[in-house]
Amino acid sequence: MSIAATQTGSFRRRLGDPVFANLTRAAGLLILAALAGVAVFLTVQGVPALGAGRDVLGGHATFVGYVWPLVFGTLVAAMIALVVAVPLAIGVALSVSHFAPRRIAVLIGYLVDLLAAVPSVVYGLWGIGFLGPRLVPAYEWLGAHASWLPLFAGPVSTTGRTILTAALVLVVMVLPIITAIAREVFAQTPRLTEEAALALGATRWEMIRMVVLPHGRSGLVSAAMLGLGRALGETMAVAMVLSASGVVTFHLVSSTNPSTIAANIALTFADATGLQVNALIATGLVLFVITFVVNFAARTLVARSAPGAAR
Amino acid sequence: MTPVLSERPPAVDAAALSLHTARLPRWAPVLVAGLAITAAALVAVLLGWGPMATGLVSVLLTLVLLPGWSRAVEGSRAATDRLVTGLVWAALGIALVPLISVLWKVVALGAPQLDGRFLTWSMRNIVGEPGGVYHALVGTLLITLTATVISVPVGLLTSIYLVEYGGTSRLAAAVRFLVDVMTGIPSIVAGLFAYALFSLLVAPGTQLALGGGVALSLLMAPIVVRSAEEMLKLVPDDLREAAYALGVPRWRTILGVVLPTALGGIITGVTLAVARVVGETAPLLIICGSTDSVNFNVFGGQMASLPVFIYSSYTQPGTQPEILQGMAWGAALLLVLAVIALNLLARLAGRLLAPRRRH
Repeated sequence: MSIAATQTGSFRRRLGDPVFANLTRAAGLLILAALAGVAVFLTVQGVPALGAGRDVLGGHATFVGYVWPLVFGTLVAAMIALVVAVPLAIGVALSVSHFAPRRIAVLIGYLVDLLAAVPSVVYGLWGIGFLGPRLVPAYEWLGAHASWLPLFAGPVSTTGRTILTAALVLVVMVLPIITAIAREVFAQTPRLTEEAALALGATRWEMIRMVVLPHGRSGLVSAAMLGLGRALGETMAVAMVLSASGVVTFHLVSSTNPSTIAANIALTFADATGLQVNALIATGLVLFVITFVVNFAARTLVARSAPGAAR
Repeated sequence: MTPVLSERPPAVDAAALSLHTARLPRWAPVLVAGLAITAAALVAVLLGWGPMATGLVSVLLTLVLLPGWSRAVEGSRAATDRLVTGLVWAALGIALVPLISVLWKVVALGAPQLDGRFLTWSMRNIVGEPGGVYHALVGTLLITLTATVISVPVGLLTSIYLVEYGGTSRLAAAVRFLVDVMTGIPSIVAGLFAYALFSLLVAPGTQLALGGGVALSLLMAPIVVRSAEEMLKLVPDDLREAAYALGVPRWRTILGVVLPTALGGIITGVTLAVARVVGETAPLLIICGSTDSVNFNVFGGQMASLPVFIYSSYTQPGTQPEILQGMAWGAALLLVLAVIALNLLARLAGRLLAPRRRH
């Protein structure tokens, strides 16, 4: 080992460490910059549309008038999806954590992962080609027997491409996320507390109601909010399934349906020109802000309730 | 104490003191479910219901009959327990119906499409006859590769920063939190970001595959960061300290000791991240466009991809819908197979490359 070699060694060591440390820090900053970039670039490209006229905004006088029906549709579809998906997800998560034998629980875990892995466009294909037509008889029955309820009023869709179908496809897509988090939350219930409840004579359900669910409440809330974020931003399934006419209505099974922000962008982007593109980008910014707030709140809850449980 | 004593019932029921309460036999749930299915099937045959309605009615029947029987024999608490148990299993069943239905439809409608021509032809100048998805396969490969090339180095370096350098600093906490928030960015917003970026950098309305790579890497990087961070945290500090004691500089320790130890887990995470973005449609629809020709150039021109091909050929099938819509199912089967293969590969890599532990 010559002196020169040791010297280059120590030189490389002195240079190598700070260079590498700063390289990794730069990567972290780049990720933050990308997130900021999303907001900045969408704002820069979206702002010109705010002052646009009726010809650009599809007949609406102001941008708010243009974006409100889309926000409404997005919220309605996501909320219906959440109302159906959360109880289902809690059921599936409980079956894994507290009901199924170990081997079957592992198998269920794989199947739920598989459910999450199927691409959204395939769910869209399934929704328009299989689920929608299959739901038409149910919708006709609802329209005939339950149309006194405003939810099921109106001329019933003959294709099944309604906001309810879209929401049901969304259920399938948000179910794995909510289930995965709920499963972790339930699995973290202190074993001793559970056994204490059982030893006091509680049935399994009483134990779950008094120990598992209260323990996992905040985790469940954040799981539901993460699912909500996913449902709000989901594009392809809704774009393919929904036959949208951009109205504001609570009629779930009729042939005129509200559209969602994401689906509207996907459906009209290819034909948009000039300021219309900017208007679509501005709606994208609205969607980004909504999902960012929802995810931010959910992650804050996760971080506060159970450090280490965050995914 | 006296009030409590006075509240006691005067006569003690012998049955209440017994340690054995009446229980339904072990086979009761099976019997009730069997009866419910038989009854529902009989009614279904008479009234001509479909399989979905039959299944639903038999589940509902079970959920009413079993708790009812249990209430009569075991009491209300046990009945509630049985009802909830039934509901939990029903929820699981309902959740698995779409999965089975999706996979069944995709295989049944997609499998007849797959042949040599489907895999090796593009759709260029093909009208009125089945073509192939070669152009979309190439596009998906190139775009996903671009996204991987961008997001893996950035994601890996970020996770190294978080675990090895950042510690509890405020920057590290901010990065960790915002990476979590980033996992929830809607894919279409990522597409719009790439579109806006290249509109400003190149020319308004630019569509190119590199933009697709940028959009997908925005979705992929957070997943890579989180999984790699978890894996690097698992590397025991003993290994790092042993390397430092031998005089190895910190960066060489990370590259030569820490990363190889966590390699299996990192590869698993990256593969899962690829599987997550390979089926993304919305961003590619916006930034990559859609074309019928093969395009090998990532830096210019529209590029087809499997998800966009599925979407556009099903929703805009042209004059002969059955041909292109059939091809959409074939492409969907290819995509699902690719995703499942990537998931299996990820588990396999995790198992094969896991560090050997001595006990």
